[in-house]
Amino acid sequence: MSALNPSFGEFVEERPALSRRAAAFARSVPFGIWIASLVVALFLIAAIFPQLLETTNPYNINLAARFSAPSAAHLLGTDQLGRDVFSRIVAGTGESLSIGFGATGIALALALALGLLAGLGGKVGDAIVSRLIDVLFAFPVLFLALMVVTVYGASVTTTMFAVGIGTSAGYARMIRGQLVAVRDAGYVEAARAIGHRKTKIVWQHILPNALRPLIALFTLGVGNAVIWASGISFLGLGVAPPSPEWGAQLAAGRDYTTAAWWLEVMPGLAIVLLAVSVTVIGRHIQARLEGTVRTTLL
Amino acid sequence: MHARNFGEAVNQQQQPLLKVESLNVAFGRDPLDHPVVRNVSLDLYAGRCLAIVGESGSGKSVTARTLIGLTGANAKVATAVFQFEGKDVARYNDRTWQRIRGKEIGFVSQDALVSLDQLRKVGREVGEGLKLHREVRGRSALEARVIELLTEVDVPDPAIKARQLPHELSGGQRQRALIASALALDPKLLIADEPTTALDATVQAQVLELLARTRDRGKALIIISHDLAVVSQIADEVLVMRDGEVVERGSAADVLSNPQHEYTQRLLDAVPSGHSRGARLSHADAPRLGKVTPITSRHDGPLIEVSGVAKGYRGPDRILRTAVEDVSFSLGVGETLGIVGESGSGKSTTARLVMALEAPDAGEIRLLGKPWSTLAERERRDQRHRISIIYQDPLSSFDPRWSIQRIVQDSVATFVDGEQEQRRRVAELLDLVGLARAFHARRPLELSGGQRQRVAIARAIAPSPSVIVCDEPVSALDVSIQAQVLDLLADLRDQLKVSYLFISHDLGVVHHISDRVLVMNQGRIVESGDAEDVLLRPSDPYTQKLVSAVPRLQHRPARAARSAA
Repeated sequence: MSALNPSFGEFVEERPALSRRAAAFARSVPFGIWIASLVVALFLIAAIFPQLLETTNPYNINLAARFSAPSAAHLLGTDQLGRDVFSRIVAGTGESLSIGFGATGIALALALALGLLAGLGGKVGDAIVSRLIDVLFAFPVLFLALMVVTVYGASVTTTMFAVGIGTSAGYARMIRGQLVAVRDAGYVEAARAIGHRKTKIVWQHILPNALRPLIALFTLGVGNAVIWASGISFLGLGVAPPSPEWGAQLAAGRDYTTAAWWLEVMPGLAIVLLAVSVTVIGRHIQARLEGTVRTTLL
Repeated sequence: MHARNFGEAVNQQQQPLLKVESLNVAFGRDPLDHPVVRNVSLDLYAGRCLAIVGESGSGKSVTARTLIGLTGANAKVATAVFQFEGKDVARYNDRTWQRIRGKEIGFVSQDALVSLDQLRKVGREVGEGLKLHREVRGRSALEARVIELLTEVDVPDPAIKARQLPHELSGGQRQRALIASALALDPKLLIADEPTTALDATVQAQVLELLARTRDRGKALIIISHDLAVVSQIADEVLVMRDGEVVERGSAADVLSNPQHEYTQRLLDAVPSGHSRGARLSHADAPRLGKVTPITSRHDGPLIEVSGVAKGYRGPDRILRTAVEDVSFSLGVGETLGIVGESGSGKSTTARLVMALEAPDAGEIRLLGKPWSTLAERERRDQRHRISIIYQDPLSSFDPRWSIQRIVQDSVATFVDGEQEQRRRVAELLDLVGLARAFHARRPLELSGGQRQRVAIARAIAPSPSVIVCDEPVSALDVSIQAQVLDLLADLRDQLKVSYLFISHDLGVVHHISDRVLVMNQGRIVESGDAEDVLLRPSDPYTQKLVSAVPRLQHRPARAARSAA
């Protein structure tokens, strides 16, 4: 038995070199994902180095050019104070993205704490924490935002926390579900049979396997959070004008929708574009982890 | 064998019911066609049973599906001749096939649980074909016919069962209902893909008997199977396939008792049974032991003592179901104790109790003369290296993210210090079980079933245990791979002097490898003793029923010349 017997069909191919594997990987990524990644990269640049993408100073008031439609001079038009819409969107990317990522981070941190207690805390822990999660679930995000803002005032941070806490319940349930599934897995029992201690098993097996899907969850959550934040700002509960945050822009341009449609549509498009790109990438990561990558476009 | 008068009379017919010549099936997009079936030819007459035999990847299932036009997407099917009842079906498109399917040719899939819609009552599933082909008009007439069909296949209480959902029927009843639905339209040809896999021996015997009756009524039968013993019970002709090609063909009697092709011979040699005791089943070499020393147990007396153990579980309906009751046995040094039983007999529960993965409700288990089941887990952990377990499905017992190297090292690390030393020991172990260096960095998903089981074996022998519990370790493997793994287990036992608690539903495997045998039925031990005594001269009625239900291959004289390699 020191040599495999190929004629009985046990032969498995050798693994090709790293460069070939990398090339194969690149080829396997659908075209749409490359586009989405490019879009997200651009947004990230806009967030960190807005000066690179802004065409003019976003805070420059120029009353002579107010309400001008999209043109060569102003790619996406100007607002009621003559400020270039394109540059304002670029300037607002930082705040919008930080709310998006920040809120998702807060949501996941809270969800992890709750989910771990529920999944690994035994019957009692599960019962108590699950009810807590249920309570959280019962609060609409908007309602929570209202509560937080009333107490702490409207700002980037409060919006972040409002959205974060509001969306954490769903993630907590998912994490708990994963943990419950993994703790009954065959390899956990095999580890017990070898004689490992419980903490070692949790650390080595249960946590890594249960939390692997969180990667995809994070990217999906960011898109979701950005939309929530914009919605909250639009209602006046979040970041207020003159901030170039996208939701604030939507709020400011609300009164001029018929006269200057680009004031609403352009920031809206930015929100949609970011959310869709991040979601598309998230779904692709999910598909890769599950091994179900299929179509060539998306 | 069953009455073959009808078959012989019909053989006078000039025209075969099914005639296939040079069947070629390939999958994949141009130009990377992947040939799956190559140049397969067969003739089938009414009232005869043809068995297509082969291992995974041999192309037998694809062939069966092609015969009913269900090869699948991306398939390129080419034949020189493909005739059913004299009509050329090679050119048939899906629409024309639909007229034949169910009505002229019936198809029985492997897993009844998967093939029957879980949300529809059994009666509706069975009657679906009748309704589709408009054979019966009116709901009451349909119901009556369905009950008639279920009665013909010996499903008890057919009127009640027809109104139940598939999961409420037992495995055997489900399979019979599936056969009933295939026979509903009285097709001339019935194709059954692995009809008895996953069924208990006694149920398997009943299903085979039903299929034989179907053949005797004048229908033609094609059975796909990997189980040569099952095939020997029912087939008139046998086709042996390997890698998409037919390597041998002939009457069942000829092929199974006097095979000409080397592959068929090896396949038959690989089947474990009472006749192969002490002999090697495969043609691979024995492992080189190297520096791994035999496990010397300083303990005299039995390694494991189980006394009066009982265990029950509460289902979601809060009813206590006994899994194991009043079980007592012992396992001695260097001994292989086989535990056989059908599903639900309690053998797996016994394994888990012996491994102390669960606590018994009553009774005690002692390991190496010291308390084992009564110990607190904290103390027991230190002793766990004395007993290991190998599962039926090794894949689920491996962390999917880990490489094989890491999986085995995880076990080694409990008693060896230092990364270098651990790696050396891992390499030694993997060498011992016959896994080449190239595989050490691979993940379990990248390995075949047999290779995974070898990794499981390497992990199990790593702490030099005195006892290894084997819970159906070869049940999910192809015959030839099973042979290799059984040989490996036997070699390790001989050289390391380890004791096995070998659990299996397969009497042949247990007979091949065990010294003593326990027979379990519904949680109790009904018979125990020497393997030869219990399995050849059973005294308990249940054991007798079990032993007689298991299909056996005829003993080939060639084997006697090759024993004790």
